[in-house]
Amino acid sequence: MLKPTFFFFYFARVSTFAAAKKGVTPRLEMLKPLLRAAFVIFGALSLGAANAQHEAHATDSTTVHAVATDAHTTAAAEGHSVEGHGESEKKGFDAGKLILDHIGDEHGWHLWGHTSLPLPVILYNTQRGFSVFSSSRFEHGHKAHAGYMLHEGRVVAVNEEGDVDAHHATVNEELTKSTWDISITKNVMSLLVSMALLLWIFLSVAGAYTRRAGMAPKGLQSFIEPIILFVRDDVAKSAIGPKYMKYMPYLLTAFFFIFLNNLLGLIPIFPGGANLTGNIAVTLVLALITFGIVTFSGNKHYWHHIFAMPGVPGWVLAILTPVEILGMFLKPFVLMIRLFANITAGHIIALSFFSLIFVFGETNAGAGYGVAIGSWAFTVFMAMLELLVAFIQAYVFTFLSAMYIGSAVEEPHHH
Amino acid sequence: MFLVTLSLVEPAFGLVFWMTLSFLTVLFILAKFAWKPILNSLHEREKTIEDALSEAKKAREEIANMKASNEDLMRQARAEREELLKEARDVRDREIATAKDKAKAEADAMLGRAREDIRNEKNAAITEMKNQVAELSILVAERILKEKLGDPAAQKALVDKVMTEADLRKS
Repeated sequence: MLKPTFFFFYFARVSTFAAAKKGVTPRLEMLKPLLRAAFVIFGALSLGAANAQHEAHATDSTTVHAVATDAHTTAAAEGHSVEGHGESEKKGFDAGKLILDHIGDEHGWHLWGHTSLPLPVILYNTQRGFSVFSSSRFEHGHKAHAGYMLHEGRVVAVNEEGDVDAHHATVNEELTKSTWDISITKNVMSLLVSMALLLWIFLSVAGAYTRRAGMAPKGLQSFIEPIILFVRDDVAKSAIGPKYMKYMPYLLTAFFFIFLNNLLGLIPIFPGGANLTGNIAVTLVLALITFGIVTFSGNKHYWHHIFAMPGVPGWVLAILTPVEILGMFLKPFVLMIRLFANITAGHIIALSFFSLIFVFGETNAGAGYGVAIGSWAFTVFMAMLELLVAFIQAYVFTFLSAMYIGSAVEEPHHH
Repeated sequence: MFLVTLSLVEPAFGLVFWMTLSFLTVLFILAKFAWKPILNSLHEREKTIEDALSEAKKAREEIANMKASNEDLMRQARAEREELLKEARDVRDREIATAKDKAKAEADAMLGRAREDIRNEKNAAITEMKNQVAELSILVAERILKEKLGDPAAQKALVDKVMTEADLRKS
């Protein structure tokens, strides 16, 4: 899926893309609704089916729980590869749950089958203080540990202090509210891995620049340089203007962070595959930083335009000013949603195609194999497209951030 | 199912915490140790290339200027040479002409003198010959006279004959 040759081909296009961005982006924007439509249809079909199953069997949760635990062990003993854990496991393949598990977050990193990498759970409770233990203590939600257990993928406080069976534990709502979960989850782990990668890549590239001062770029350096130049010339310089240099560190870091994590998200095996840039928390922080920079760099001209648009009569201002103030917050909000939705949608589409194989395979093994061919072809096609989307979304986020910064630092035009 | 879906658009505190912490840390480290040196050296390299290009342009212009001035010099030199050559040719022609004239005049003078000499010599030779002929004739005459003047008739005939001849010669 991520062949280096494709990357080179892809990067060779970076400059071409920059030149033709006005032409390329609209075309892709036209493609997006089609993909969305495809995703909605698939999503509706598979989720609908899954929901029906879920509701039918969720009536007696305790018995289902017990049955599920049994099913769990039998499935493992028989060597069945079963994705996801929970009530519906015995009832067959649940595409909706699989997809939502994959694009969401989890304590511990599911690798394959029943193997997952345990990750540290870090909790702070205003009454109990810090608790740090391995996520394997929860045993995928079957056990409570140190007064906490997993419920719907979240850590909740329970009254029992020791290691007890999850369905014998009673949830303590009050303690749950005062518990802050700063565990190293799958996404946090992925975040830390990508940050380490970013540091390693760019510190070594920076080393190459000081070591080979005044010489032509080489190796990784020549791979990164066109992108840096692209961000500098086509994003920062064109959107911010003469004061662009001050904002380059943020724009470059944001661009490469988003781009790297978009790409890592496309790699299905550990340590890739996490849906980090498609996580609302991550895009929220990025958008908040952009919002902070825009707000703190705003000059008199910018604030004047928001609170009292020059040349507009008073009664219009009564409507316009609230709109402008709303726009101030709406811009970063849209930044947050756009990145989240695009990347999550990409993951959902890829997983939907895979799920189709198992949905059909459940009814008939032959149908499963038949659908597998089509799914494979579509997944390859989608992966290619997602490679492009990985770059475009990084570009769009950075470019729009730069535009907002540009509007905040713009000097008034003398008419 | 709905709860899980909701959690998808609900930012988790832990991730927000770690994201903020690690992103700001990485941003700080990269800004100080990566972006600064990279952007600076990119800028420097661009400046170096720009300078080199403008210098090359200047050098090219200088060379072109030099070429133009060289050509000017060459043209001037060529014109000067032409002029010099022309002058030289004129001088030579004049020299030759005067030399020719002088030579001719000298030759003429020499010829005149030679002619005069020849004439003088001829005249002298003629005079001398005349004298010698006269002496010879006197000598001859003496001898003849000494032998033949014994006979008065013969003397008379001789005198007549000489007289006639002398008259004839004078006339």
